[in-house]
Amino acid sequence: MSEVLVVVEATREFGVKKVTLEMLTLARELGTPSAVVLGGAGAAEALSAKLSEYGAQKIYAAESEEIDGYLVAPKATVLAELVTRVQPAAVLLASAQEGKEIAARLAVKLDNGILTDVVGLAADGTATQVAFAGSTIVKSKVTKGLPLVTVRPNSVNPTPAPATPAVEQLTVSVTDTDKLAKVVDRVAEQKGSRPELTEAGVVVSGGRGVGNADNFKLVEELADLLGGAVGASRAAVDSGYYPHQFQVGQTGKTVSPQLYVALGISGAIQHRAGMQTSKTIVAVNKDGEAPIFELADFGVVGDLFKVVPQAAEEIRKRK
Amino acid sequence: MNIVVLVKQVPDSGADRNLRTDDNTVDRGSANNVINEMDEYAIEEALKIKEAHGGEVTILTMGPDRATESIRKALSMGPDKAVHVVDDALHGSCAVATSKVLAAALGQLNADLVICGAESTDGRVQVMPHMIAERLGVAALTGARKLTVDGATLTVERQTEEGYEVVTASTPAVVSVWDTINEPRYPSFKGIMAAKKKPVQTLSLGDLGVAPSEVGFNGATSAVLEHTKRPPRSGGAKITDEGEGGVKLVEFLATEKFV
Repeated sequence: MSEVLVVVEATREFGVKKVTLEMLTLARELGTPSAVVLGGAGAAEALSAKLSEYGAQKIYAAESEEIDGYLVAPKATVLAELVTRVQPAAVLLASAQEGKEIAARLAVKLDNGILTDVVGLAADGTATQVAFAGSTIVKSKVTKGLPLVTVRPNSVNPTPAPATPAVEQLTVSVTDTDKLAKVVDRVAEQKGSRPELTEAGVVVSGGRGVGNADNFKLVEELADLLGGAVGASRAAVDSGYYPHQFQVGQTGKTVSPQLYVALGISGAIQHRAGMQTSKTIVAVNKDGEAPIFELADFGVVGDLFKVVPQAAEEIRKRK
Repeated sequence: MNIVVLVKQVPDSGADRNLRTDDNTVDRGSANNVINEMDEYAIEEALKIKEAHGGEVTILTMGPDRATESIRKALSMGPDKAVHVVDDALHGSCAVATSKVLAAALGQLNADLVICGAESTDGRVQVMPHMIAERLGVAALTGARKLTVDGATLTVERQTEEGYEVVTASTPAVVSVWDTINEPRYPSFKGIMAAKKKPVQTLSLGDLGVAPSEVGFNGATSAVLEHTKRPPRSGGAKITDEGEGGVKLVEFLATEKFV
């Protein structure tokens, strides 16, 4: 079977991201998965255990300060060389900012089609995408070149399939044009133990109804009890209650968790666009006419400052 | 500084949006077509740079005839002029072909700085800035929540999952911005009147030296095979809190095995 290249998405703090495990799981259906680690010195070493556990038959490691020190372009150059050499059956990247950007450059370099926000990929290359905020399901195909797709987090259930991959170090030779955008600093914000928003199985979000930044503690508390991530509506972010990187909606993150809890969120189209493909939706809002209830599998019309603490207490009791 | 802002006309994300049943492209005919929201932030950023450092701001749009409305709207915010790439052969173009056309147009405009929204609200594909930069061989500083211009040096704060990166490059460069970067101005009455007289140059594929076979359905590198509308979600149980709302909520979560 042909190789399927999976470009590893990882963070300094949490290591291999869940979407990478999803891609490895998906790649096993299409061929033989090979993981590609693009990072600084020693990057692959730290990630190899997890990649092996989820079935990587081979690990390509491109490790260089040039990859780590410049934005995206060096990664695309290294990947383009690899793709040209091994002629894989498909190339999978994470449908997040950087994954899409690497894929974008790769598509131009190879004059190859690209599909983003893919939630399913058949062996014949037919991809399933969701469009227009989840309201439309699209079947599409790359018609020039190999299937180059970015996979949306929470699309596939990651399952382990232990393997013992060989590690192949790639030579990194990038051009001056790849080194035009220099990363001079990386600043961590909002560190914590919560799962990353787009990957979380549970997301608890607060909206304008939360009232102020301090009250978001209530949202955080419920999220922590459910092992989830915290999100916020645009209204809450614009009001300064919670930082922008946690915004869920048309101009923020798109999430598709098993459980989405909307607290004090009316459910404007702007917000629904980012969360309506969630499996189960629960809402608490004092306005019984709020559109969020049209989506909610379970809705409580009431004061979130009474309902949420009581729910938190009840969860603690049951634990 | 010679700044070009990429502006895309998209169907209003606040209303129902559809793909056409005949060719699976975005249905613009039945939609209320507006400027892609993120592009308004790009325009604002360009105007701020012009105000601080001097120069000229040009709007560049690829789109059908009706995109003229969005171009005039963009000009009413304050840019100096616009270039509209319009050609019937462009209908059905994929992202790869679109980047080829936009790069060809930018090649004629000698921009020091190209600014665009980080993504459009219709496709949300987020690939255009890097595709264009790759073709032009210039830097791409993408996902900016802050942009500083110091002579020919650009510095952005790029939003990431873990925080932000500080990234620098020299002009010429492509910068894409999120809606956290500024607060776009509303067009003034004077601005709206002035926009009607601002020059809008139209360019065809022939003007850009791009063959019709490289774009549209014929030149597409990917194809939509079919599409279906997902049935709208229907609401489930809704209860009114009479003192036990929190407990009932947890009971529901327990039956769904979340607790």
